[in-house]
Amino acid sequence: MANKLIVAPAPHVQSSQSTPRIMRDVVIALVPALLVSTVVFGWSVLFVTALSVLSCVGFEYLIQRFMVGGKPTVGNWSAVVTGVLLAFNLPASIPWWIVVMGAFVAIAIAKMTFGGLGKNPFNPALVGRVFLLIAYPVQMTTFPEVEGLDALSGATPLAAVKQGALSAGSLNMQDLLLGNMPGSLGEVAALALLAGFVYLLWRKVITWHIPVTILCTMAIFAFAVAWSRGAEGSAMWQFPLFHILAGGAVLGAVFMATDYSTSPMTVRGSVIFAVGIGLITMCIRLWGSYPEGMSFAVLIMNSTVPLINKYVKPKRFGVN
Amino acid sequence: MRTFPMGGVHPSENKLSCGKAIEVLPLPDVVMIPLAQHIGAPAVAKVAKGDKVLTGQIIAEAGSFMSANIHSPVSGTVTAVDMQPNGQGVRQMMITIQREGDEWAEGIDRSETLVKECTLSAEEIIAKIKDAGIVGMGGATFPTHVKLSVPPGKKADALIINGVECEPYLTSDHRTMLEHGEELVVGVSILMKAIGVDRAFIGIENNKPDAIAHLSKIVKEYHGVEVVPLKVRYPQGGEKQLIAAVTGRQVPPPPALPIDVGAVVCNASTTYAVYQAVQKNKPLIERVVTITGKGVKEPRNLLTRMGAPVQSLIDAAGGLPADAGKVINGGPMMGRAMINLSSPVTKGCSGITIMSGRDAGRREASQCIKCAKCVAACPMGLEPYFLSKMAQKKNWDELEAQMITSCIECGCCQSTCPSYLPLLDWVRLGKQTVMGIIRQRAAAAAPKK
Amino acid sequence: MEVLLYTILTLCVLGVLAAVILYFVAQKFRVEEDPRIDQVEKMLPGANCGGCGFAGCRGMADALVKNDDISALFCPVGGGDCMKAVAAFLGKAAAEKEPQTATVRCGGTCEKRPRINEYNGARSCAVAASLYSGETGCSFGCLGFGDCVTVCAFDAIHVNPATGLPEVDPEKCTACGACVKACPKGIIELRKKWPKDRAVYVSCVSRDKGAVVMKACKAGCIGCGKCEKVCAFGAITVENNLAYIDPQKCKLCRKCVNECPTGAIKLVNMEPLPKEPKTPAPKPAAPAAKPAGSETPASAPASEAAKVSSAAPEAAKAE
Repeated sequence: MANKLIVAPAPHVQSSQSTPRIMRDVVIALVPALLVSTVVFGWSVLFVTALSVLSCVGFEYLIQRFMVGGKPTVGNWSAVVTGVLLAFNLPASIPWWIVVMGAFVAIAIAKMTFGGLGKNPFNPALVGRVFLLIAYPVQMTTFPEVEGLDALSGATPLAAVKQGALSAGSLNMQDLLLGNMPGSLGEVAALALLAGFVYLLWRKVITWHIPVTILCTMAIFAFAVAWSRGAEGSAMWQFPLFHILAGGAVLGAVFMATDYSTSPMTVRGSVIFAVGIGLITMCIRLWGSYPEGMSFAVLIMNSTVPLINKYVKPKRFGVN
Repeated sequence: MRTFPMGGVHPSENKLSCGKAIEVLPLPDVVMIPLAQHIGAPAVAKVAKGDKVLTGQIIAEAGSFMSANIHSPVSGTVTAVDMQPNGQGVRQMMITIQREGDEWAEGIDRSETLVKECTLSAEEIIAKIKDAGIVGMGGATFPTHVKLSVPPGKKADALIINGVECEPYLTSDHRTMLEHGEELVVGVSILMKAIGVDRAFIGIENNKPDAIAHLSKIVKEYHGVEVVPLKVRYPQGGEKQLIAAVTGRQVPPPPALPIDVGAVVCNASTTYAVYQAVQKNKPLIERVVTITGKGVKEPRNLLTRMGAPVQSLIDAAGGLPADAGKVINGGPMMGRAMINLSSPVTKGCSGITIMSGRDAGRREASQCIKCAKCVAACPMGLEPYFLSKMAQKKNWDELEAQMITSCIECGCCQSTCPSYLPLLDWVRLGKQTVMGIIRQRAAAAAPKK
Repeated sequence: MEVLLYTILTLCVLGVLAAVILYFVAQKFRVEEDPRIDQVEKMLPGANCGGCGFAGCRGMADALVKNDDISALFCPVGGGDCMKAVAAFLGKAAAEKEPQTATVRCGGTCEKRPRINEYNGARSCAVAASLYSGETGCSFGCLGFGDCVTVCAFDAIHVNPATGLPEVDPEKCTACGACVKACPKGIIELRKKWPKDRAVYVSCVSRDKGAVVMKACKAGCIGCGKCEKVCAFGAITVENNLAYIDPQKCKLCRKCVNECPTGAIKLVNMEPLPKEPKTPAPKPAAPAAKPAGSETPASAPASEAAKVSSAAPEAAKAE
């Protein structure tokens, strides 16, 4: 025979959905939110995002090439995803060197130290963000103003409500949906993020369990709080809706909490994980000193993932 | 639409030969008959070099209860009883017969007439099936008479006929159901009698609407037989998955068997073979083999005598494509890659799939990204990523605790992995090792009692 | 000041309390163990390789102390000296075993045994072996995926990329037997370790018929039996088309090496005998007068033989 036959154990079929394709799909799913953000905050959005992506890819390449060795890993697009997500957690007016520093923390400390993609226990983009939030609190919470919303004057809706400058019910839900409010790049347009969510579901990149459970937990919790505070009428549903749409809830639920390596492997585990995120987020928002708690909640629940994976096993066939 | 409860994938169906009627492959000049072409003890050769044999004559007897008779597929002279390489290059005992004409042994009814009446008792039916050397023809090659002998203390209440054919490419069961539907349903009624049940289900996936319609029409005349259309999902043809899909009952983990939930499953082609054995005295000496693949000039369904070289089927389908990379005995999900194309067709060979070009080789693996797609795809509720890792670390205790013996080796995990990791390669190794450990433990515990 | 005082006092009280509790708990849960186990464990090499059959050196030490008859126990890593020392310490009779080394019995290099198909599955001999016969025409030969390399705890075995075959470093090999167990083809054997790591062995395990072997591999044993006939010590047996040299009977006379038509009998760290097909080779009991330093190609065999003759009594002594 002229050509050698190839031999391998079954199965002889492989998925067309490769790791780079999954990562590219995540990037595509983030594009609508990026566009909305550019419209709201201007061209600096694209600058921050591009800088963040380039820094992340650059750091991953350098570390892999000169410290870790082995096969190049930048081709799997995961550094691009981290870069975009990190940028989405920053204000548009952030100085460039803070972006680079955040990218370094995200890639070098939170990802490559643990062995790269699939081995990091914490979401790299969120580690980067939380580091910056603690190290540079002023720059990280100074947001450019948005036209037509004088009442907010540069504070995010969550911060404004927290400081008592606003009540949740006084905000226009349409503005929250369309991104007409101050905030980080990726926080502002709930509708665009939800479009990305639908795209990810359609491409079978993620399942609905984690995002939907997080948002439902938050809504139910907020509803209970509103009820216990004696809210009536429209305030009853405005309060939960506000908490879902404001801040990083949608971004965190759809893109941060669903990160493969930092979320549980089973559906049951994912639900536990997601309920935890929802509860912690709401507790920080309502009683903590920060106006937003999504990043902390995701990171805290990230730390429980190994435990969840160990004890929450899938339902075995034939075992009751 | 009914289906099994968890996991599963939907690979491209590629049923290239589903519209091709069954054709007869010209008789091979030389056949090679392995003595071990079923699960269990190998058969014992009853002929020697130089013996003359007739078509359908018994040439090897079952080595134990868990074994099967083997009959000569052609008439001619035995030229050798020796070790020959099988499709995987492993040497095993085979009987080689040089064909001289096609003279059949006496008592075999070769006519096409349909014989509906069967007055035999259950024992007589099972004895006839045992004599005919029938084994599961879906690929598992479990001796059928063993399956039908319900152990004392257990009771079957449903017969399930497996017409699912969930493997991509393969169409031999599909064509058999279409072209021999009447005989098949008679076979179903015989099997019902053999195990003493009054209900039978023929499970067929929804991608074969013609077979569903055809059999639905026929079963109206038969009491208790029902055609069950099933959602297209691999591995629906797995015994446990099919039972769950049709009856909703889940077979507990090993060592439990389907009979523990009252079900007996039989493949569609096997059921047709049962009809031929019981009503026509015809032993299992031929079967329908699908020869298919994207590069194959003419995908076909060929009625092939056992022992015919695989190469002769490939030639009948227009020869091996120039860019052929992999020849698989069976379908692409569970079939075994071959290196020796002069090896024979056996009782469990439902198809030959030829993969060409870039489909043939595996893509380069990268690291696990913990996407959990393998966990979601596992039809047995296992965690393939974890089992694979533990098997590489030789942590057999942990593998046993995580129920690796439940694995049915369907390949869903590996075919869904975006990092192209050889998950099942390792899980299979772990499963074999753990099963060995369990057997050793049982053997060590036995004498003490 | 007061705060500081109270803090220090509290800490001291807590410390004393904890110490008392710990003392009583330690008394209550004390495990009485033969102190000799610790000492014996220290005498063992501490490789925890499992070559003795126990999970680790501790298990071995435990067995050595508790069993009265320890002749069945042997630490391949520490070897005879280690066992003698342990036995002397415990006052028991030591197991006697000559030093051994792992030997890879396959000569099917990439050149001599062409690949006829391409394996594409997980890089593991165990996985490949459970699937099929292998990438070459020989279903007995080395698969080359290095399961032996991964199990070796002593970094003593490596696959040579030029030949595709594993090679043992006799300096590092401790004969723990891990590679023997790991090889699914049963190619690796523990054989007697001669001085200067010399060896003569059949580098093939194929039980195929000669014609099949020749088609698949140019270095395989075809079971012709020539070596069996020429051996003066009855060390070679041919069974199932395969010759085997019994390391206990072989005296390294090397007559068989020249007889082998395929070169399947391998000679390590020794010069082959001169090619004189019809004359009988000199007896190994040649005078050991020649100094080893003055070796010339012509005198090499004689001096080698001298070394052999001096080595043989040594081995006899060890037994």
